[in-house]
Amino acid sequence: MSDDADTVDPEAVRHVADLARVDLEADEVEAFTGQFADILEYFETLDEVPEVEREADLTNVMRPDEERDSLDREAALQNAPETEDGFFKGPNVS
Amino acid sequence: MADTIFITDERIDGDTDTDADGPLAGRTVAIKDNISTEGVRTTCGSAMLEDYVPPYDATVVSRLKDAGATIVGKTNMDEFGMGTTTETSAFGPTDNPAAPGHVPGGSSGGSAAAVAAGEAELALGSDTGGSIRCPAAFCGVVGIKPTYGLVSRYGLVAYGNSLEQIGPFGETVEDAAALLDVIAGPDERDATTREAELEGERYADAATGDVDGLTIGVPTELVEGADDGVVDTFWDAIAELEAQGAEYHEVSLPSVEHAVEAYYVIAMSEASSNLARFDGVRYGPATDADGNWNETFSAVRREGFGDEVKRRILLGTYALSAGYHDKYYKKAQDARAWVKQDFDEALSEADVLASPTMPVTPFEQGESLDDPLQMYLADANTVPVNLADLPAISVPAGESDVDGLPVGLQLVGPSFGEERLIRAASALE
Repeated sequence: MSDDADTVDPEAVRHVADLARVDLEADEVEAFTGQFADILEYFETLDEVPEVEREADLTNVMRPDEERDSLDREAALQNAPETEDGFFKGPNVS
Repeated sequence: MADTIFITDERIDGDTDTDADGPLAGRTVAIKDNISTEGVRTTCGSAMLEDYVPPYDATVVSRLKDAGATIVGKTNMDEFGMGTTTETSAFGPTDNPAAPGHVPGGSSGGSAAAVAAGEAELALGSDTGGSIRCPAAFCGVVGIKPTYGLVSRYGLVAYGNSLEQIGPFGETVEDAAALLDVIAGPDERDATTREAELEGERYADAATGDVDGLTIGVPTELVEGADDGVVDTFWDAIAELEAQGAEYHEVSLPSVEHAVEAYYVIAMSEASSNLARFDGVRYGPATDADGNWNETFSAVRREGFGDEVKRRILLGTYALSAGYHDKYYKKAQDARAWVKQDFDEALSEADVLASPTMPVTPFEQGESLDDPLQMYLADANTVPVNLADLPAISVPAGESDVDGLPVGLQLVGPSFGEERLIRAASALE
Protein backbone atom coordinates (compact mmCIF):
# COMPACT_ATOMS: atom_id res chain seq x y z
CA MET A 1 0.00 0.00 0.00
CA SER A 2 2.61 2.49 -1.05
CA ASP A 3 2.78 3.96 -4.54
CA ASP A 4 3.72 0.52 -5.71
CA ALA A 5 0.49 -1.38 -5.29
CA ASP A 6 2.32 -4.69 -5.29
CA THR A 7 3.75 -4.06 -1.86
CA VAL A 8 1.32 -4.39 0.98
CA ASP A 9 3.27 -4.56 4.20
CA PRO A 10 2.12 -4.99 7.79
CA GLU A 11 2.86 -1.33 8.53
CA ALA A 12 0.44 -0.24 5.79
CA VAL A 13 -2.28 -2.52 7.15
CA ARG A 14 -1.81 -1.04 10.63
CA HIS A 15 -2.01 2.47 9.18
CA VAL A 16 -5.34 1.82 7.43
CA ALA A 17 -6.68 0.08 10.56
CA ASP A 18 -5.74 3.18 12.52
CA LEU A 19 -7.60 5.43 10.04
CA ALA A 20 -10.64 3.12 10.28
CA ARG A 21 -10.46 2.96 14.08
CA VAL A 22 -10.22 -0.81 14.23
CA ASP A 23 -7.61 -2.33 16.55
CA LEU A 24 -6.03 -5.44 15.07
CA GLU A 25 -4.31 -8.35 16.75
CA ALA A 26 -0.86 -9.27 15.45
CA ASP A 27 -2.17 -12.41 13.73
CA GLU A 28 -4.92 -10.39 12.01
CA VAL A 29 -2.32 -7.96 10.65
CA GLU A 30 -0.39 -10.88 9.25
CA ALA A 31 -3.42 -12.56 7.63
CA PHE A 32 -4.75 -9.29 6.19
CA THR A 33 -1.39 -8.35 4.69
CA GLY A 34 -1.43 -11.39 2.40
CA GLN A 35 -5.14 -11.20 1.60
CA PHE A 36 -5.06 -7.46 0.83
CA ALA A 37 -2.18 -7.98 -1.59
CA ASP A 38 -4.27 -10.53 -3.53
CA ILE A 39 -7.46 -8.47 -3.46
CA LEU A 40 -5.80 -5.17 -4.42
CA GLU A 41 -3.97 -6.87 -7.25
CA TYR A 42 -7.33 -8.05 -8.52
CA PHE A 43 -8.76 -4.50 -8.18
CA GLU A 44 -5.89 -3.29 -10.41
CA THR A 45 -7.80 -4.62 -13.43
CA LEU A 46 -10.07 -1.57 -13.08
CA ASP A 47 -7.26 0.23 -14.94
CA GLU A 48 -8.61 -1.39 -18.12
CA VAL A 49 -12.01 0.29 -17.72
CA PRO A 50 -12.51 3.16 -20.18
CA GLU A 51 -13.72 6.53 -18.99
CA VAL A 52 -17.49 6.41 -19.29
CA GLU A 53 -19.84 9.32 -19.63
CA ARG A 54 -22.26 9.13 -16.74
CA GLU A 55 -25.70 10.51 -17.40
CA ALA A 56 -27.39 10.31 -14.06
CA ASP A 57 -31.09 11.07 -14.32
CA LEU A 58 -31.56 12.42 -10.81
CA THR A 59 -34.15 14.66 -9.20
CA ASN A 60 -33.96 16.22 -5.77
CA VAL A 61 -36.57 15.09 -3.29
CA MET A 62 -37.67 17.78 -0.84
CA ARG A 63 -40.14 17.85 2.02
CA PRO A 64 -41.62 20.82 3.85
CA ASP A 65 -39.43 21.99 6.72
CA GLU A 66 -42.01 21.35 9.41
CA GLU A 67 -41.84 20.15 12.97
CA ARG A 68 -42.82 16.51 13.42
CA ASP A 69 -42.68 13.72 15.94
CA SER A 70 -39.41 11.93 16.54
CA LEU A 71 -38.19 9.31 19.00
CA ASP A 72 -38.49 10.39 22.60
CA ARG A 73 -35.32 10.68 24.61
CA GLU A 74 -35.82 7.49 26.58
CA ALA A 75 -36.24 5.40 23.41
CA ALA A 76 -33.22 7.03 21.79
CA LEU A 77 -31.06 6.20 24.80
CA GLN A 78 -32.35 2.68 25.48
CA ASN A 79 -29.49 0.89 23.68
CA ALA A 80 -26.63 2.98 25.02
CA PRO A 81 -24.19 1.11 27.28
CA GLU A 82 -23.81 4.27 29.39
CA THR A 83 -25.98 7.35 29.86
CA GLU A 84 -25.96 10.26 32.28
CA ASP A 85 -28.71 12.84 32.95
CA GLY A 86 -30.49 11.94 29.69
CA PHE A 87 -27.36 12.08 27.53
CA PHE A 88 -25.15 9.48 25.87
CA LYS A 89 -21.94 9.06 27.80
CA GLY A 90 -18.79 8.51 25.76
CA PRO A 91 -15.09 8.30 26.57
CA ASN A 92 -12.88 11.38 26.85
CA VAL A 93 -12.31 13.05 23.51
CA SER A 94 -8.61 13.59 24.11
CA MET B 1 -32.79 -27.06 12.00
CA ALA B 2 -34.82 -24.09 13.26
CA ASP B 3 -32.23 -23.22 15.87
CA THR B 4 -29.67 -22.39 13.20
CA ILE B 5 -32.13 -20.60 10.90
CA PHE B 6 -33.27 -17.98 13.42
CA ILE B 7 -31.14 -15.68 15.54
CA THR B 8 -34.21 -14.58 17.46
CA ASP B 9 -37.11 -17.03 17.46
CA GLU B 10 -39.82 -14.58 18.52
CA ARG B 11 -43.31 -14.28 17.09
CA ILE B 12 -44.79 -10.89 16.19
CA ASP B 13 -48.47 -10.93 15.31
CA GLY B 14 -49.78 -8.67 12.59
CA ASP B 15 -52.83 -6.45 12.92
CA THR B 16 -55.29 -9.33 12.75
CA ASP B 17 -57.98 -7.40 14.65
CA THR B 18 -58.05 -4.40 12.40
CA ASP B 19 -57.32 -6.12 9.13
CA ALA B 20 -58.36 -9.76 9.21
CA ASP B 21 -58.77 -9.57 5.45
CA GLY B 22 -55.27 -8.20 4.90
CA PRO B 23 -53.50 -9.70 1.90
CA LEU B 24 -51.14 -11.67 4.17
CA ALA B 25 -53.64 -12.58 6.92
CA GLY B 26 -52.80 -16.02 8.26
CA ARG B 27 -49.46 -16.16 6.47
CA THR B 28 -46.08 -16.53 8.17
CA VAL B 29 -43.03 -14.44 7.27
CA ALA B 30 -39.42 -14.72 8.46
CA ILE B 31 -37.35 -11.52 8.49
CA LYS B 32 -33.62 -11.09 7.93
CA ASP B 33 -31.97 -9.81 11.07
CA ASN B 34 -30.76 -6.55 9.51
CA ILE B 35 -34.34 -5.27 9.14
CA SER B 36 -35.49 -3.32 12.20
CA THR B 37 -38.33 -4.72 14.31
CA GLU B 38 -39.63 -2.56 17.15
CA GLY B 39 -39.02 -4.25 20.49
CA VAL B 40 -37.38 -7.35 18.95
CA ARG B 41 -33.60 -7.40 18.82
CA THR B 42 -31.96 -6.88 15.44
CA THR B 43 -28.36 -8.10 15.41
CA CYS B 44 -27.21 -8.02 11.76
CA GLY B 45 -25.50 -11.31 12.63
CA SER B 46 -22.92 -9.31 14.61
CA ALA B 47 -21.63 -9.36 18.17
CA MET B 48 -21.64 -5.56 17.85
CA LEU B 49 -25.45 -5.56 17.94
CA GLU B 50 -26.04 -8.70 20.03
CA ASP B 51 -28.29 -6.79 22.46
CA TYR B 52 -29.57 -4.05 20.14
CA VAL B 53 -33.36 -3.59 20.28
CA PRO B 54 -34.70 -1.11 17.70
CA PRO B 55 -37.15 1.50 19.01
CA TYR B 56 -38.99 1.55 15.66
CA ASP B 57 -40.12 -0.71 12.79
CA ALA B 58 -38.65 -0.67 9.29
CA THR B 59 -41.25 0.48 6.75
CA VAL B 60 -41.45 -3.03 5.27
CA VAL B 61 -42.22 -4.46 8.74
CA SER B 62 -45.02 -1.90 9.31
CA ARG B 63 -46.45 -2.89 5.94
CA LEU B 64 -46.30 -6.61 6.81
CA LYS B 65 -48.11 -5.98 10.09
CA ASP B 66 -50.75 -3.87 8.33
CA ALA B 67 -51.22 -6.70 5.83
CA GLY B 68 -52.01 -9.08 8.68
CA ALA B 69 -48.86 -11.23 8.39
CA THR B 70 -47.42 -13.15 11.32
CA ILE B 71 -43.69 -12.64 11.74
CA VAL B 72 -42.12 -15.86 13.00
CA GLY B 73 -38.56 -14.77 13.73
CA LYS B 74 -35.39 -12.95 12.73
CA THR B 75 -33.16 -14.99 10.46
CA ASN B 76 -29.45 -15.70 10.47
CA MET B 77 -27.21 -13.89 8.00
CA ASP B 78 -23.62 -13.13 7.15
CA GLU B 79 -22.43 -10.38 9.49
CA PHE B 80 -23.84 -7.06 8.22
CA GLY B 81 -24.67 -8.82 4.93
CA MET B 82 -21.00 -9.40 4.10
CA GLY B 83 -20.69 -12.93 2.77
CA THR B 84 -21.97 -15.54 0.35
CA THR B 85 -22.45 -18.45 2.78
CA THR B 86 -24.03 -17.19 6.06
CA GLU B 87 -20.88 -18.51 7.75
CA THR B 88 -19.59 -15.07 8.78
CA SER B 89 -22.49 -14.73 11.27
CA ALA B 90 -21.37 -14.24 14.86
CA PHE B 91 -24.14 -16.71 15.76
CA GLY B 92 -22.75 -19.65 13.78
CA PRO B 93 -23.61 -21.15 10.39
CA THR B 94 -27.01 -22.24 9.02
CA ASP B 95 -27.43 -25.61 7.32
CA ASN B 96 -29.00 -25.85 3.86
CA PRO B 97 -32.35 -27.69 4.14
CA ALA B 98 -32.20 -28.57 0.42
CA ALA B 99 -28.61 -29.85 0.64
CA PRO B 100 -27.66 -30.85 4.21
CA GLY B 101 -23.98 -30.33 5.03
CA HIS B 102 -23.78 -27.45 2.58
CA VAL B 103 -24.11 -23.70 3.05
CA PRO B 104 -27.49 -22.06 2.33
CA GLY B 105 -25.80 -19.21 0.45
CA GLY B 106 -25.72 -15.69 1.69
CA SER B 107 -25.99 -13.28 2.97
CA SER B 108 -29.74 -13.86 3.51
CA GLY B 109 -29.13 -17.58 4.13
CA GLY B 110 -31.44 -17.88 7.14
CA SER B 111 -34.37 -16.38 5.22
CA ALA B 112 -34.00 -18.75 2.25
CA ALA B 113 -33.51 -21.71 4.61
CA ALA B 114 -36.63 -20.74 6.60
CA VAL B 115 -38.75 -21.01 3.45
CA ALA B 116 -37.01 -24.17 2.21
CA ALA B 117 -37.47 -25.89 5.59
CA GLY B 118 -41.11 -24.81 5.93
CA GLU B 119 -40.37 -22.70 9.04
CA ALA B 120 -42.08 -19.79 7.27
CA GLU B 121 -44.16 -19.54 4.10
CA LEU B 122 -42.44 -16.34 3.06
CA ALA B 123 -39.34 -14.36 4.02
CA LEU B 124 -37.67 -11.02 3.56
CA GLY B 125 -33.99 -10.66 2.74
CA SER B 126 -31.79 -7.87 1.43
CA ASP B 127 -29.64 -7.93 -1.70
CA THR B 128 -26.56 -5.70 -2.03
CA GLY B 129 -24.67 -7.90 -4.51
CA GLY B 130 -26.73 -11.10 -4.71
CA SER B 131 -27.71 -11.71 -1.09
CA ILE B 132 -31.29 -12.70 -1.98
CA ARG B 133 -30.64 -14.47 -5.29
CA CYS B 134 -27.67 -16.57 -4.12
CA PRO B 135 -29.44 -18.19 -1.15
CA ALA B 136 -32.62 -18.61 -3.22
CA ALA B 137 -30.59 -20.56 -5.79
CA PHE B 138 -28.70 -22.62 -3.19
CA CYS B 139 -31.85 -23.52 -1.19
CA GLY B 140 -34.11 -24.19 -4.18
CA VAL B 141 -36.60 -21.37 -3.54
CA VAL B 142 -37.64 -18.18 -5.36
CA GLY B 143 -36.06 -14.81 -4.55
CA ILE B 144 -36.60 -11.37 -6.05
CA LYS B 145 -34.14 -8.46 -6.01
CA PRO B 146 -36.35 -5.44 -6.84
CA THR B 147 -35.37 -2.44 -8.96
CA TYR B 148 -33.40 0.06 -6.87
CA GLY B 149 -36.03 2.41 -5.44
CA LEU B 150 -39.04 0.06 -5.56
CA VAL B 151 -38.88 -0.94 -1.87
CA SER B 152 -38.18 1.36 1.08
CA ARG B 153 -34.87 0.89 2.89
CA TYR B 154 -36.04 2.79 5.96
CA GLY B 155 -35.07 0.62 8.92
CA LEU B 156 -32.67 -1.59 6.93
CA VAL B 157 -29.26 -1.40 8.59
CA ALA B 158 -27.09 0.03 5.80
CA TYR B 159 -24.13 -1.82 4.27
CA GLY B 160 -23.82 -0.53 0.67
CA ASN B 161 -26.75 1.81 0.38
CA SER B 162 -26.41 2.75 -3.32
CA LEU B 163 -26.70 -0.96 -4.18
CA GLU B 164 -29.10 -2.65 -1.80
CA GLN B 165 -32.80 -3.46 -1.82
CA ILE B 166 -35.05 -5.47 0.47
CA GLY B 167 -36.87 -8.25 -1.39
CA PRO B 168 -39.04 -11.34 -0.94
CA PHE B 169 -38.52 -15.12 -0.84
CA GLY B 170 -41.26 -17.67 -1.48
CA GLU B 171 -41.66 -21.30 -2.36
CA THR B 172 -43.39 -20.22 -5.57
CA VAL B 173 -43.02 -17.21 -7.84
CA GLU B 174 -46.60 -16.17 -7.04
CA ASP B 175 -45.92 -16.25 -3.29
CA ALA B 176 -42.80 -14.11 -3.62
CA ALA B 177 -44.71 -11.72 -5.88
CA ALA B 178 -47.56 -11.45 -3.34
CA LEU B 179 -45.03 -10.39 -0.69
CA LEU B 180 -43.54 -7.87 -3.11
CA ASP B 181 -47.05 -6.41 -3.55
CA VAL B 182 -47.14 -5.64 0.17
CA ILE B 183 -43.68 -4.07 0.55
CA ALA B 184 -43.33 -2.15 -2.76
CA GLY B 185 -44.07 1.50 -3.26
CA PRO B 186 -43.00 4.99 -2.24
CA ASP B 187 -42.11 5.88 1.33
CA GLU B 188 -41.55 9.45 2.49
CA ARG B 189 -38.86 8.10 4.82
CA ASP B 190 -36.71 6.85 1.92
CA ALA B 191 -36.20 9.59 -0.66
CA THR B 192 -34.91 7.07 -3.23
CA THR B 193 -38.27 5.25 -3.50
CA ARG B 194 -40.43 5.57 -6.60
CA GLU B 195 -43.93 4.69 -7.76
CA ALA B 196 -44.15 1.09 -9.01
CA GLU B 197 -45.45 1.62 -12.61
CA LEU B 198 -47.48 -1.59 -12.62
CA GLU B 199 -49.15 -2.76 -15.85
CA GLY B 200 -51.70 -4.87 -13.96
CA GLU B 201 -53.26 -4.64 -10.51
CA ARG B 202 -50.76 -6.70 -8.54
CA TYR B 203 -47.36 -8.34 -9.07
CA ALA B 204 -48.87 -11.68 -8.07
CA ASP B 205 -51.30 -11.46 -11.02
CA ALA B 206 -48.31 -11.59 -13.39
CA ALA B 207 -47.47 -15.19 -12.38
CA THR B 208 -49.29 -16.58 -15.42
CA GLY B 209 -46.44 -18.62 -16.90
CA ASP B 210 -47.12 -17.06 -20.30
CA VAL B 211 -43.82 -16.83 -22.22
CA ASP B 212 -45.22 -17.07 -25.74
CA GLY B 213 -43.17 -14.65 -27.88
CA LEU B 214 -40.80 -13.72 -25.04
CA THR B 215 -37.27 -12.90 -26.22
CA ILE B 216 -34.46 -13.98 -23.91
CA GLY B 217 -30.91 -12.65 -24.18
CA VAL B 218 -28.21 -14.93 -22.78
CA PRO B 219 -25.02 -13.02 -21.85
CA THR B 220 -22.23 -15.39 -22.83
CA GLU B 221 -19.85 -13.95 -20.20
CA LEU B 222 -22.21 -15.11 -17.43
CA VAL B 223 -22.45 -18.69 -18.71
CA GLU B 224 -18.84 -19.37 -19.70
CA GLY B 225 -17.40 -19.24 -16.19
CA ALA B 226 -19.97 -21.59 -14.62
CA ASP B 227 -19.45 -25.23 -13.60
CA ASP B 228 -20.48 -27.87 -16.15
CA GLY B 229 -23.37 -29.23 -14.11
CA VAL B 230 -24.73 -25.70 -13.64
CA VAL B 231 -24.42 -24.90 -17.36
CA ASP B 232 -26.26 -28.10 -18.39
CA THR B 233 -29.12 -27.39 -15.98
CA PHE B 234 -29.27 -23.79 -17.19
CA TRP B 235 -29.63 -24.80 -20.87
CA ASP B 236 -32.29 -27.37 -19.95
CA ALA B 237 -34.31 -24.54 -18.38
CA ILE B 238 -33.85 -22.33 -21.47
CA ALA B 239 -35.01 -25.26 -23.63
CA GLU B 240 -38.10 -25.58 -21.46
CA LEU B 241 -38.89 -21.88 -21.98
CA GLU B 242 -38.33 -22.30 -25.72
CA ALA B 243 -40.74 -25.23 -25.77
CA GLN B 244 -43.35 -22.88 -24.30
CA GLY B 245 -42.92 -20.31 -27.07
CA ALA B 246 -39.98 -18.18 -25.92
CA GLU B 247 -36.93 -17.62 -28.11
CA TYR B 248 -33.37 -16.89 -27.08
CA HIS B 249 -30.26 -15.32 -28.56
CA GLU B 250 -26.77 -14.84 -27.18
CA VAL B 251 -25.60 -11.36 -26.22
CA SER B 252 -22.27 -9.98 -25.07
CA LEU B 253 -21.78 -7.71 -22.04
CA PRO B 254 -18.03 -6.92 -22.11
CA SER B 255 -18.30 -4.65 -19.06
CA VAL B 256 -19.29 -7.48 -16.71
CA GLU B 257 -15.71 -8.76 -16.79
CA HIS B 258 -15.00 -5.84 -14.43
CA ALA B 259 -18.19 -6.00 -12.37
CA VAL B 260 -16.84 -7.96 -9.41
CA GLU B 261 -13.96 -5.59 -8.73
CA ALA B 262 -16.16 -2.52 -9.31
CA TYR B 263 -18.79 -3.93 -6.98
CA TYR B 264 -16.34 -4.72 -4.19
CA VAL B 265 -14.63 -1.32 -4.38
CA ILE B 266 -17.99 0.48 -4.19
CA ALA B 267 -19.55 -1.79 -1.55
CA MET B 268 -16.46 -1.72 0.67
CA SER B 269 -16.15 2.05 0.34
CA GLU B 270 -19.79 2.55 1.32
CA ALA B 271 -19.40 0.02 4.14
CA SER B 272 -16.40 1.83 5.59
CA SER B 273 -18.54 4.94 5.88
CA ASN B 274 -21.82 3.29 6.95
CA LEU B 275 -20.22 1.17 9.67
CA ALA B 276 -18.43 4.16 11.21
CA ARG B 277 -21.56 4.62 13.35
CA PHE B 278 -20.69 1.54 15.41
CA ASP B 279 -18.65 3.28 18.07
CA GLY B 280 -20.00 1.61 21.22
CA VAL B 281 -21.59 4.83 22.50
CA ARG B 282 -25.18 4.90 21.21
CA TYR B 283 -25.39 1.13 20.94
CA GLY B 284 -22.95 -1.74 21.04
CA PRO B 285 -21.25 -3.75 23.72
CA ALA B 286 -20.05 -2.09 26.90
CA THR B 287 -16.29 -2.37 27.26
CA ASP B 288 -13.92 -1.65 30.08
CA ALA B 289 -11.36 -0.30 27.62
CA ASP B 290 -9.45 2.68 28.98
CA GLY B 291 -8.14 5.60 27.02
CA ASN B 292 -9.44 8.43 24.88
CA TRP B 293 -12.26 8.35 22.35
CA ASN B 294 -10.17 6.93 19.50
CA GLU B 295 -8.65 4.20 21.64
CA THR B 296 -11.96 3.12 23.13
CA PHE B 297 -13.68 3.29 19.75
CA SER B 298 -10.97 1.07 18.18
CA ALA B 299 -11.19 -1.44 21.03
CA VAL B 300 -15.00 -1.79 20.74
CA ARG B 301 -14.68 -2.35 17.02
CA ARG B 302 -11.97 -4.97 17.47
CA GLU B 303 -14.27 -6.94 19.76
CA GLY B 304 -17.57 -6.27 18.00
CA PHE B 305 -16.67 -6.96 14.36
CA GLY B 306 -15.70 -10.29 12.76
CA ASP B 307 -12.91 -10.81 10.22
CA GLU B 308 -14.89 -10.24 7.02
CA VAL B 309 -16.38 -6.99 8.32
CA LYS B 310 -12.96 -5.72 9.39
CA ARG B 311 -11.55 -6.71 6.01
CA ARG B 312 -14.19 -4.74 4.10
CA ILE B 313 -14.01 -1.67 6.36
CA LEU B 314 -10.22 -1.55 5.99
CA LEU B 315 -10.20 -2.08 2.23
CA GLY B 316 -12.95 0.53 1.82
CA THR B 317 -11.04 3.00 3.96
CA TYR B 318 -8.01 2.33 1.79
CA ALA B 319 -9.91 2.76 -1.50
CA LEU B 320 -11.22 6.15 -0.36
CA SER B 321 -7.97 7.40 1.14
CA ALA B 322 -5.97 10.30 -0.33
CA GLY B 323 -4.05 9.22 -3.42
CA TYR B 324 -6.13 6.10 -4.08
CA HIS B 325 -9.62 7.53 -4.57
CA ASP B 326 -9.13 8.17 -8.30
CA LYS B 327 -7.43 4.84 -8.87
CA TYR B 328 -10.10 2.67 -7.26
CA TYR B 329 -13.34 4.47 -6.42
CA LYS B 330 -13.56 6.69 -9.49
CA LYS B 331 -12.67 3.82 -11.86
CA ALA B 332 -15.26 1.64 -10.14
CA GLN B 333 -17.89 4.31 -10.80
CA ASP B 334 -16.85 4.34 -14.47
CA ALA B 335 -17.25 0.56 -14.56
CA ARG B 336 -20.66 0.88 -12.92
CA ALA B 337 -21.84 3.32 -15.62
CA TRP B 338 -20.44 1.00 -18.29
CA VAL B 339 -22.32 -1.99 -16.87
CA LYS B 340 -25.55 0.04 -16.88
CA GLN B 341 -25.03 0.96 -20.54
CA ASP B 342 -24.35 -2.65 -21.50
CA PHE B 343 -27.52 -3.89 -19.78
CA ASP B 344 -29.65 -1.10 -21.30
CA GLU B 345 -28.36 -2.01 -24.74
CA ALA B 346 -28.92 -5.75 -24.31
CA LEU B 347 -32.42 -5.12 -22.92
CA SER B 348 -33.30 -3.00 -25.95
CA GLU B 349 -33.15 -6.21 -28.02
CA ALA B 350 -34.46 -8.73 -25.49
CA ASP B 351 -37.34 -8.75 -23.01
CA VAL B 352 -35.25 -10.39 -20.30
CA LEU B 353 -31.67 -11.61 -19.84
CA ALA B 354 -31.01 -15.09 -18.45
CA SER B 355 -28.00 -16.69 -16.77
CA PRO B 356 -27.25 -19.18 -14.02
CA THR B 357 -27.83 -17.31 -10.71
CA MET B 358 -24.60 -18.72 -9.26
CA PRO B 359 -21.74 -20.19 -11.31
CA VAL B 360 -21.41 -22.99 -8.72
CA THR B 361 -23.61 -25.25 -6.61
CA PRO B 362 -23.68 -24.82 -2.79
CA PHE B 363 -20.26 -25.08 -1.10
CA GLU B 364 -19.74 -27.58 1.66
CA GLN B 365 -19.84 -26.02 5.13
CA GLY B 366 -16.44 -24.53 6.00
CA GLU B 367 -15.03 -25.07 2.51
CA SER B 368 -14.45 -21.50 1.49
CA LEU B 369 -13.81 -19.26 4.46
CA ASP B 370 -10.05 -18.98 4.16
CA ASP B 371 -9.85 -17.37 0.74
CA PRO B 372 -11.91 -14.17 0.58
CA LEU B 373 -11.03 -13.36 -3.04
CA GLN B 374 -12.26 -16.79 -4.20
CA MET B 375 -15.49 -16.10 -2.33
CA TYR B 376 -15.94 -12.69 -4.00
CA LEU B 377 -15.57 -14.24 -7.47
CA ALA B 378 -18.58 -16.48 -6.82
CA ASP B 379 -20.72 -13.30 -7.01
CA ALA B 380 -19.83 -12.73 -10.69
CA ASN B 381 -23.38 -13.23 -12.02
CA THR B 382 -25.31 -11.34 -9.36
CA VAL B 383 -23.30 -8.15 -8.70
CA PRO B 384 -23.69 -6.64 -12.21
CA VAL B 385 -27.45 -6.35 -11.59
CA ASN B 386 -26.93 -4.25 -8.44
CA LEU B 387 -24.44 -2.02 -10.26
CA ALA B 388 -27.10 -1.47 -12.95
CA ASP B 389 -29.95 -0.86 -10.39
CA LEU B 390 -32.09 -3.43 -12.25
CA PRO B 391 -34.63 -6.03 -11.02
CA ALA B 392 -33.82 -9.76 -11.07
CA ILE B 393 -35.39 -13.00 -9.93
CA SER B 394 -33.85 -16.37 -9.10
CA VAL B 395 -36.08 -19.36 -9.74
CA PRO B 396 -35.19 -23.05 -9.22
CA ALA B 397 -33.94 -24.60 -12.47
CA GLY B 398 -33.47 -28.15 -11.16
CA GLU B 399 -30.47 -30.04 -9.83
CA SER B 400 -26.98 -30.30 -11.27
CA ASP B 401 -26.46 -33.70 -12.88
CA VAL B 402 -22.88 -33.64 -11.56
CA ASP B 403 -23.52 -33.36 -7.81
CA GLY B 404 -27.33 -33.39 -7.51
CA LEU B 405 -27.36 -29.97 -5.82
CA PRO B 406 -29.83 -27.11 -6.53
CA VAL B 407 -29.24 -24.71 -9.44
CA GLY B 408 -31.00 -21.37 -9.86
CA LEU B 409 -31.88 -19.50 -13.06
CA GLN B 410 -31.52 -15.72 -12.90
CA LEU B 411 -33.70 -13.47 -15.05
CA VAL B 412 -32.88 -9.75 -15.29
CA GLY B 413 -35.32 -7.15 -16.61
CA PRO B 414 -35.47 -3.43 -17.31
CA SER B 415 -36.04 -0.91 -14.50
CA PHE B 416 -39.41 -1.54 -12.81
CA GLY B 417 -39.98 -4.55 -15.12
CA GLU B 418 -40.70 -6.95 -12.22
CA GLU B 419 -43.97 -8.18 -13.77
CA ARG B 420 -42.13 -9.42 -16.83
CA LEU B 421 -39.70 -11.37 -14.63
CA ILE B 422 -42.53 -12.85 -12.57
CA ARG B 423 -44.38 -13.93 -15.73
CA ALA B 424 -41.28 -15.58 -17.24
CA ALA B 425 -40.06 -17.23 -14.04
CA SER B 426 -43.46 -18.76 -13.32
CA ALA B 427 -43.21 -20.65 -16.62
CA LEU B 428 -40.53 -22.84 -15.03
CA GLU B 429 -42.82 -24.08 -12.23
